[in-house]
Amino acid sequence: MKTKVKYFFIHLFIVMAVIITTYPLLRIFSVSIRPGDRIISTDLSLIPDGATFISYIKLFKETFFIKWIFNSLLITFATSFIGVTLASTAAYAFSRYNFTGKKWGLSALLLTQMIPAGMLILPLYLMIMKLNLINTYLGMVIAYSVSSLPFSIWILKGYYDTIPKSLEEAAMVDGANEITAFYKVILPLSTPALSIAFLFNFTMAWNEYLVARVVLYHPQNYTWTLGLFELQGQFITQWGMFAAGSILITIPVLLIFLYSSKWLISGLTLGSVKG
Amino acid sequence: MAEVKFINVTKSYGENVILKNINLEIKDGEFAVIVGPSGCGKTTLLRMLAGLEEITGGEIYINSTKVNDLPPSKREIAMVFQDYALYPHMTVKENMSFALKLKKLDKNEIEKRVTEAANILQLNHLLNRMPKQLSGGQRQRVAIGRAIVRHPKVFLFDEPLSNLDAKLREEMRIELLKLYQKLSTTMIYVTHDQIEAMTLASKIIIMNKGVIQQIGTPIEVYSKPQNIFVASFIGTPTMNFIKGKIIAEGDKIYLEFEKNKFFIPAFSFTDYQNYINKEVIIGIRPDDIILDESKMDKENANKAKVDVVELLGARENIYLKISETKNICATTNSLKIPPQTEIKFSFNYLNLHIFDPETEKRIN
Repeated sequence: MKTKVKYFFIHLFIVMAVIITTYPLLRIFSVSIRPGDRIISTDLSLIPDGATFISYIKLFKETFFIKWIFNSLLITFATSFIGVTLASTAAYAFSRYNFTGKKWGLSALLLTQMIPAGMLILPLYLMIMKLNLINTYLGMVIAYSVSSLPFSIWILKGYYDTIPKSLEEAAMVDGANEITAFYKVILPLSTPALSIAFLFNFTMAWNEYLVARVVLYHPQNYTWTLGLFELQGQFITQWGMFAAGSILITIPVLLIFLYSSKWLISGLTLGSVKG
Repeated sequence: MAEVKFINVTKSYGENVILKNINLEIKDGEFAVIVGPSGCGKTTLLRMLAGLEEITGGEIYINSTKVNDLPPSKREIAMVFQDYALYPHMTVKENMSFALKLKKLDKNEIEKRVTEAANILQLNHLLNRMPKQLSGGQRQRVAIGRAIVRHPKVFLFDEPLSNLDAKLREEMRIELLKLYQKLSTTMIYVTHDQIEAMTLASKIIIMNKGVIQQIGTPIEVYSKPQNIFVASFIGTPTMNFIKGKIIAEGDKIYLEFEKNKFFIPAFSFTDYQNYINKEVIIGIRPDDIILDESKMDKENANKAKVDVVELLGARENIYLKISETKNICATTNSLKIPPQTEIKFSFNYLNLHIFDPETEKRIN
């Protein structure tokens, strides 16, 4: 009896959490399929009368939406791959080697995380301008990679620290050099941390607005965040298209999360050393 | 097939000296066991040979090659780690073939060597399992298998049995001996367990505080320990030490300890003349205290009270009170002597060990 009551409350809690998190999404979806004349009606039904996908069609036809998504995907994937690659090797050095400035280096990385993003916009803009990379993908990728790198390094360093050093030593005795030992033994064991770092980079770059606002100025080069904002005019905001766009941009993130969840299993190192 | 030589090898971390002037030669096909208490530098010595630790001074040779600056991969050694260090993301088979794949050996050759090692270690049915699905003993066998497949010149073992329970340890010890007899390759084995050292070694190297104390066969270090440390480290129960003064009465010499006088025959201490009226430490193993009256030297026997008796089944440890503060231990077949009984005992004079109290070195 006691367990039944317990399960009832657990389920009640879960159902409420699901409602709270999905309700806004459902409302946006509902707005996105309303016909143009009923956008600001107070009707609360999920599927409104005369539901239509006209906003979606208009979004594809009348704006650069596909280009914006392409830009975002390109920048996001490039940022994530570059970020994870650099972080995985940098974190390895921080975890395994002793060198002067190691402690300071780590603290400095942490320090950069304490500066609010808004404060970094001007220096980032100046740097990218000096590199002549304003309004380019590369400029965006560099800006995003450098800002997410410290966090990724810390995550990965923490994870490497838990991998016994004797595994690399065994690999080296087995005939591997340090680089082979790293990518044949340490990297495969670090997939949970690597996927967390990748996801962090991905969501950060995918949702970023401020830096994009100052680096990109040509509508063709916009990421979706800038693009959607474009729909908000001074006199009229295209709420239908805005909502349709908002729904569509969640799809890539959703797919990435679903796909990577299988890599997020920790405990992969169980059984390697003494039991 | 390889000889290993350490010439004046030193290791220090800053001002902290871990190993001092290690000179050691291990011959081809020898099973050398380096034994000593925790922190004596034995693992560091092994890791220096493996190339996992830098050498501060001196030279290490494998055959005629100086390996000081060679990376571990070029030294043609195989090492079994204390924590096994199996690659957790690889199956048993992949673990064992990892080194061979790195060497880019032919597929058939890899298959052949893995099967061969799996046969020796009875791992055939486990080849497709992951390390986490194995028991401690099985993991240990895989770690050994990973070493065997490489056909190394020297096998290095770093306390490989210390994580196993007592029974399994005994089994693995016998398996290791069998393996050694089958492969007859040079093996260097580090342990803090003197029983492992005695049972496995063809040569024992006893270390303490970064210095080699004695090198010899197990029998040599057991029966002729060169100093008090070796004498007390090897053998269970520990050797008894009695510190007293050498005195001469007529043509007989004795060790005077409080109210006791222990007879020492001249043949056990040929150099006694130099020590008359001086202090020495005599060491006597519990096995060499004779309680059986028929075998005892009755004329020179001493008396003591039985303090505590530890029954071990067929044998027992009897602690004899020879003074208010001093007990000595004797091992016998079960005599069932109740505590507080007064009994006679004498030493087995052939196995008396006499040490200088200052230098702690053997003097007989």
